[in-house]
Amino acid sequence: MKSKKNILYSQKIAPYVFVFPFVITVLLFWIFPIINGVLLSFQDVLKDEWVALDNYKRLLSDKIFLKAVYNSTKYMIGTLILLIPFPMFFASLLNSKLMKKPGLFKSIYFIPALTSVVVAGTIFRLMFGEMETSLANQVIGIFGFGPIKWLKKEWTGYFALLLIACWRWTGVNILYFLAGIQSISTDIYEASAIDGASKWQQFTKITFPLVKPTTVYVLTISIYAGLSMFTESYMLWKGNNSPQNIGLTIVGYLYRQGIERRAMGYACAVGLILLIIVMIVNLIQLKVTGTFDKEER
Amino acid sequence: MKGQKNKDRLATVMMLILFIILAILIIIPIYTIFLASFKPGGDLLQYGLNLKIDFSRMSFDNYVLLFAGKHEYWRWFFNSIILTVITVVLTLIISAFVGYGFAAYDFKGKNVLFIVVLIILSIPLEVVMLPLYKQMSTWKLMDSYVAVVLPFLAHASTIFFFRQYLLGLPKSLIEAGRIDGATEYGIFVRLIIPIMKPAFAAMAILNGMNAWNNYLWPLLVIRSSDKYTLTLGLNTLINPYGDNYSLLVVGSFFSIIPIFILFVCFQQYFIEGMTAGAVKE
Repeated sequence: MKSKKNILYSQKIAPYVFVFPFVITVLLFWIFPIINGVLLSFQDVLKDEWVALDNYKRLLSDKIFLKAVYNSTKYMIGTLILLIPFPMFFASLLNSKLMKKPGLFKSIYFIPALTSVVVAGTIFRLMFGEMETSLANQVIGIFGFGPIKWLKKEWTGYFALLLIACWRWTGVNILYFLAGIQSISTDIYEASAIDGASKWQQFTKITFPLVKPTTVYVLTISIYAGLSMFTESYMLWKGNNSPQNIGLTIVGYLYRQGIERRAMGYACAVGLILLIIVMIVNLIQLKVTGTFDKEER
Repeated sequence: MKGQKNKDRLATVMMLILFIILAILIIIPIYTIFLASFKPGGDLLQYGLNLKIDFSRMSFDNYVLLFAGKHEYWRWFFNSIILTVITVVLTLIISAFVGYGFAAYDFKGKNVLFIVVLIILSIPLEVVMLPLYKQMSTWKLMDSYVAVVLPFLAHASTIFFFRQYLLGLPKSLIEAGRIDGATEYGIFVRLIIPIMKPAFAAMAILNGMNAWNNYLWPLLVIRSSDKYTLTLGLNTLINPYGDNYSLLVVGSFFSIIPIFILFVCFQQYFIEGMTAGAVKE
């Protein structure tokens, strides 16, 4: 009995005990489902037969699926353009010695992240209502435009989706960049100021290159979150059906096929294609930003 | 010198204006729902959300409905609290345990395992969602909180954060523990956990927020309405029948409050914790 206890307590075995919960989680809830998903994607689950690559062939010519991929990609690119440069710039301003009460602003900007997507989506759906009195139409009314059916047209719907993303994540990304900026030694800024660098030069020549680890991190999570977005669209359009599928995302399509239509095999193929897209985009991103070169340590 | 001072002051004013405008834009959506919580639910359907204040149409009726009406809101609210607390406590304990394993030891297979952590960090949960859903139903875990919580207890991003946090830990601390005769687990419990408090605070808030706001996975595995979480329940109210919209608005607004209070109390801790993690990069 005692020797058994000693083995578990030995310095050789202990690390395996520590990581055991993770190993079991990965096996049961990641590897097993992924294998299962791959197997299911070669089946027609409703008819209970193996169909080889049929699901994938069908997907590649499925116009609605391609529309969903297009929508998700468009959304991801929009969030990258809006949610990386601006928060980085705001963070560098907030970090400036000339700024008053940066803490207060940080806290205020963080508030939207506290709301659930369900609540945020509901608020934005009602703000972007079709009636003349909804906030969005009132705002464009000030500039002399008539009411718009925001959520019935592709680009205005896209705008509403991006606005939710910006509203929820600007503050969080500012916090990430602030953390990155504050880890840069102030000596560098002081030295560059003595050399006569302008604030703008400091931002482009010092801040921008030195917060790269933060940028790569934010880039990675934004790609991931953008491509797998679902709930925002589900809330904005009060369900999974938007006019001409303008709000349909890859995960929305997965949900429609797998849960609403019970075509589990087809839906699993959608999931695996999502996985492949995310992996490829992230590999390209990590390659371009040169993260691989120094990550190996 | 004086010119520089004026220039600095101008810069301060410009920045303040920029950030105040940004703050107003960010507050507006919450302000509209706050206003709407005093308006009849029907108005919302008819006029949408806006900034109009018309005291003749405003009342506390929605709040009366929220606190005294016949509905399941408080049940959902309670469920969300329970689920959030369980998730946070278990996730933190388990992830800290694993994170310490990665940070404190060198062992065979460690690098491979750590790469697995990084890979999982970049796989959307939605990829495994359907097979996982099928698995839960085979295991007869459907419609239970076990199904909601269990698959994510050893949480890759939390493990990663704890590991980063503990990397800077002086090895001499562990050695000292060993010399004092503590077991490997005793060292973790008595020496490590106490110094992890800021990291726990940061991860508690992040995981708590995620659990409180979680939607898609519970939507799949929870069936009965008495087990609904707040987000699931609120979303059933978007059908415009009866007083649903009144409850939706006041309930949505109210759902922000507990997490907001937590944020106000612990924000410094939270921001510090986040900064600590990022600096170690």
